[in-house]
Amino acid sequence: MQSLSQLLACGTPVPACRPWPRAVLAPGDWSALAAHLAQGTLTLAGLWGDEGAVHMAVLEPQSGTAGIATCLCPDGHFPSVGQVHAPAQRLERTVRDLFGLIPDHAPDSRPWLDHGRWAVQAPLAATVPAERQPPYDFLAAEGAALHQIPVGPVHAGIIEPGHFRFSCHGETVVQLEERLGYVHKGIEGLMAGADVAKAAQLAGRTSGDSTVAYAFAFARAVEAARDVSVPARATALRALMAELERLANHIGDVGAICNDAAFALMLAHCGALRERVLRASASAFGHRLMMDAIVPGGVARDITEDGIAALRALVATVAATFPALMRLYDETPSIQDRTVGTGIVKATLVATFGAGGYVGRASGRDFDARRALPYAPYDRLRFDVPVRTDGDVNARIWIRILEIEESLGLIIQLLDTLPHGPIAARVEPGPGEGVALVEGFRGDVLAVVRLDGEGRVARAHLRDPSWFQWPLLEAAIEGNIVADFPLCNKSFNCSYSGVDL
Amino acid sequence: MLTLLFKSLASSPLTEPGPGAVELAALAREVGVAAEATLGRSLSIREVDAGSCNGCELEIHALSNAFYDIDRFGLKFVASPRHADVLLVTGPVTRNMGEALKRTYDATPAPKWVVAAGDCALNGGLFAGSYAVMGGVQAVLPVDLSIPGCPPTPTALLKGLLGLMAMPAR
Repeated sequence: MQSLSQLLACGTPVPACRPWPRAVLAPGDWSALAAHLAQGTLTLAGLWGDEGAVHMAVLEPQSGTAGIATCLCPDGHFPSVGQVHAPAQRLERTVRDLFGLIPDHAPDSRPWLDHGRWAVQAPLAATVPAERQPPYDFLAAEGAALHQIPVGPVHAGIIEPGHFRFSCHGETVVQLEERLGYVHKGIEGLMAGADVAKAAQLAGRTSGDSTVAYAFAFARAVEAARDVSVPARATALRALMAELERLANHIGDVGAICNDAAFALMLAHCGALRERVLRASASAFGHRLMMDAIVPGGVARDITEDGIAALRALVATVAATFPALMRLYDETPSIQDRTVGTGIVKATLVATFGAGGYVGRASGRDFDARRALPYAPYDRLRFDVPVRTDGDVNARIWIRILEIEESLGLIIQLLDTLPHGPIAARVEPGPGEGVALVEGFRGDVLAVVRLDGEGRVARAHLRDPSWFQWPLLEAAIEGNIVADFPLCNKSFNCSYSGVDL
Repeated sequence: MLTLLFKSLASSPLTEPGPGAVELAALAREVGVAAEATLGRSLSIREVDAGSCNGCELEIHALSNAFYDIDRFGLKFVASPRHADVLLVTGPVTRNMGEALKRTYDATPAPKWVVAAGDCALNGGLFAGSYAVMGGVQAVLPVDLSIPGCPPTPTALLKGLLGLMAMPAR
């Protein structure tokens, strides 16, 4: 068994990459790394394509370190990681769709993002006119009494589009297969060649509910690439926004999950509380979702005394009203009957997939990017990372409830210790490579960027936490009834746009 | 639960007067006539995400919270296009969603309106020019009204939808 640093030492180091080490590995060493992922000593944090190469980001939980491995593909092929490590499969299908690079011996050669609707094939590499695709071949579920329920891409609620193919035995789901990619906008294609400011805006629209997390991650990656140190006031304001985003989404989710079990009272109260968070965010940072408020180098605008007062008032309101809602959830048997024991995800699965956020932490994976790979200002703040082991819908609700309390505490700490000074540093144009991992409300967001010498992005990659959560939803619903799918799905609240990009 | 319910009963409602109360009162009178003529005081809305980042959906959701309470205007969200008068479309219309959007429109009975919500739906927004997007709802469907914003605020959405009721349907 080798450590991550030993595995990367087998290759040629790329010194331009900061702060994680990057090395170009020979195909054999690339496969050795994949074997370590399969054994569980390392965790896959991302796998993405480039012109004539693939990259893989890897975490080593034991040492709290991370690194990037690169495999050159001069003949357009690379050894599949997915053949030994399932979490890589959809990522490899994406690499193939966008760059035309073929993962050798991959267990699944179906396209993922490419639905046969684009004018070109492999749009991020040398583009080839598209060919006609055969109809998508869904996985088989065979048996005399099975029936299929196709759902989507247009869903019944006000949610993002995607297709779910259920194979059922009576009311019981035997198999769920997800087919996504409907909202693929070509974000990484648009980022390549864009100036840093435009690329930051695009990053902030990868997944609207996590706009702060994405802008934060992208900004940190650019700052790492250019070795820029961000003023203390800016990092504190960034964390304030990140915690407000977490608060708004978690409160909204608790209401929405309960509503999917027809407990509308909870949605009514949580919906109003979420609105208060958004209004306070708007008065503090000028935008309800805080889009474009974080920019490479710092933040776009400073908080005023009125903004600080609005945030303090918000914390007081949430602290005064949320405990009653928590009790309402905990003491109502009819909602507990639906959530407890429903949609269980096993601890081994979240460990294998490196699932972040409440999905991982509800099933015992004690990982939070704010603590595992600390970044400013979280390295100076006190907070707990709640973990449960039941792995059901109830546990995923409880992780959110407990994180709401933690976020309130963090907001107070940040306001009490808000440093004075400038809110942005200048990012000089120049070459470099940077990487950052930021804890969004849904889990860890990875941003990787390579800059050309003239203030433009040569290649950027953004990996949503949902890449490692969506596949677990397929596992969670197995053996549950169809009617519990909305409940399970909402308890995951995976991003479609973040994954489809 | 009872404590919470009694407390809510005793406190005043959170619902605020709609956007620009005076302006809206005039609009409402107008709408009353127009909408009643075509639909009888209500509009059913089917929301279709045609490639948005989900930001617009968050704000459309907010329309149903107690502060905006969209139902009081006779506007309600429905689960099927077959029950809808309005398609509220967000996103730059990705190529992968083009057919689904067109089919949703075809499944909506006339008279019907199409509202493009958000900057992306208007012209592709930040995503215009990508190989993967069609560049706004207009590329696929006839659009009756656009509500700009990234994302449009609930107030902007509400104003737009109320104004729509005064417009002739297709």
